[in-house]
Amino acid sequence: MHAMHTGKFSRADFTGGTLRGLTGFACVIIIAIVAVIVGNIVYHGIGNLSWEFLSEPPRKHFTEGGIFPAIFGTAALVILMTIAVIPLGVATAIYMHEYASKRSRVVHLVRLAIQNLAGVPAIVFGLFGVGFFIEFVGRGLDRGLYGGALVYGQPAILWAALTMALLTLPTVVVATEEALRAIPQGYREVAYSLGATKWQMIRKVVLPQAAGGILTGGILAVSRGSGEVAPVMFTGAAYALPDLPSRLNDQFMELGYHVYVMSTQAFDVEATKPALYSTVLVLLLLTFSLNFTAIMIRARIRRRLRNGR
Amino acid sequence: MAAKLEVAANHQSYTRSIPGIRTEGLRVSYAGQAVLKGITLEAHQGEILSIIGPAGAGKTTYLRCLNRMLDMDPDWKISGSVLLHDQPVYAREIPVATLRRKVGMVFSVPITLPMSIYENLTFGMTMTRNGRNDRAAKIERALRQAYLWDEVKDRMQEPAGNLSGGQQQRLCLARALTLEPAVLLLDEPCSGLDPISTRRIEEALQQLKDSLTIVLVTNNVKQAARASDRTAFFLFGELIEVQDTEILFTTPGKKETADYISGRFG
Repeated sequence: MHAMHTGKFSRADFTGGTLRGLTGFACVIIIAIVAVIVGNIVYHGIGNLSWEFLSEPPRKHFTEGGIFPAIFGTAALVILMTIAVIPLGVATAIYMHEYASKRSRVVHLVRLAIQNLAGVPAIVFGLFGVGFFIEFVGRGLDRGLYGGALVYGQPAILWAALTMALLTLPTVVVATEEALRAIPQGYREVAYSLGATKWQMIRKVVLPQAAGGILTGGILAVSRGSGEVAPVMFTGAAYALPDLPSRLNDQFMELGYHVYVMSTQAFDVEATKPALYSTVLVLLLLTFSLNFTAIMIRARIRRRLRNGR
Repeated sequence: MAAKLEVAANHQSYTRSIPGIRTEGLRVSYAGQAVLKGITLEAHQGEILSIIGPAGAGKTTYLRCLNRMLDMDPDWKISGSVLLHDQPVYAREIPVATLRRKVGMVFSVPITLPMSIYENLTFGMTMTRNGRNDRAAKIERALRQAYLWDEVKDRMQEPAGNLSGGQQQRLCLARALTLEPAVLLLDEPCSGLDPISTRRIEEALQQLKDSLTIVLVTNNVKQAARASDRTAFFLFGELIEVQDTEILFTTPGKKETADYISGRFG
């Protein structure tokens, strides 16, 4: 019996072995690609990375100095974006999960809108930002409040942040909804049974319990927002600026846009390469660490969801 | 006027009938399915009324009608009336939160909120402005009533989840009592508890019943026999009979009741 099996190399064995090899190879390719990308960036970028690089403005057509204005601008952008997206996203999720009835058409519509929003290409958000925020809202403000003088009707960090907030809205809504679902229904019933009104129940039980999930959504939004270029390139990001942004209608420098500028628009693209690698490394470290934090918090919430019910 | 006084006098002479919570022709359906088919039943002040019956009889649904816990889901349709101290509880002029402060509830599994023991106890009180007065005294009284004071008085800042299951359920009882309700609804409060914890809760209920109306839903027929003054037997959404507990368990009026309490079905 044994001899019969090993004695002949069957066709089934051959097909099975080949498929195993091919599928395994697909996995190896993915790992290799990530390793090459990250390895290449770390290898070329780490040498130039220094405190000066992080804390100084660029000089001599980006070949010297650092990227501090871009780091500052990115931070300011994501802070403004967070201020806009968290209240809007959390309010949407709370309405859908706590207020609307189960079969509400409105909720269905909102969910559809959010799914579609998540699928819209970033560049379209950028153009929308120009058309809606700058041309419509900004110009409108200028005409109404400043007698037509150019104040808000131009690219600015405010409009870039609001555009980015739209882009990251689905992330926040979905994360918040997931957190709301993780709260045992019993908690809500207990709060009601103790004479809480709906809003008291939400404020005292639901929101504190959902805080972790909302935080996760916020971090993922920041991580997404800090890496995007397309939504800000027409709405507020600048090639290079002598000063840091100090008002809402100032333009600003942004890391992702800075990478684009250095790699394609610089005076001497070859000469900026060391700084370019280091900037990409900083950008990667920033988004990786944000994502990692979000994943850790999310894992904790999922654990509680499994054990909690 | 004279007639009214006479009625009132008659009312008083029969001590059992101080109005507590009453339903008249209460019909409830869920998504078109009838769950309760016209229940007329009263729990008087000063007594423990237990509700027994097999799964699906509508016991929990009945209880949840009394403090309007079914309001949250629009699939529940309720008709008939629920009267607390002769006031309709589904009337628009009574805010549902106010009603629930008067009609406390303990659930079948101990659900402590993920906060400290102290915060669990003050949760209901902080929902209104006057509720915040002399909290410490109310907490101590409620904890003593729930036979929990000695066990937690030095652990108030610990998470409520640190307590054992039986302690958590007594904390839930105490939490409901901090609001000084007129009616206390208990939905199988001892279903997951050991015999000693169960006895503690039953003892607490005996002490409490003088000042409140207690409705106890239980799957444990023996508990109804032990702990209640009157017992109502529900079957398939109908009230089969309600009697003094002693009578119901010795000489039940209906065959279904006899079958159920002797364990022949359910």
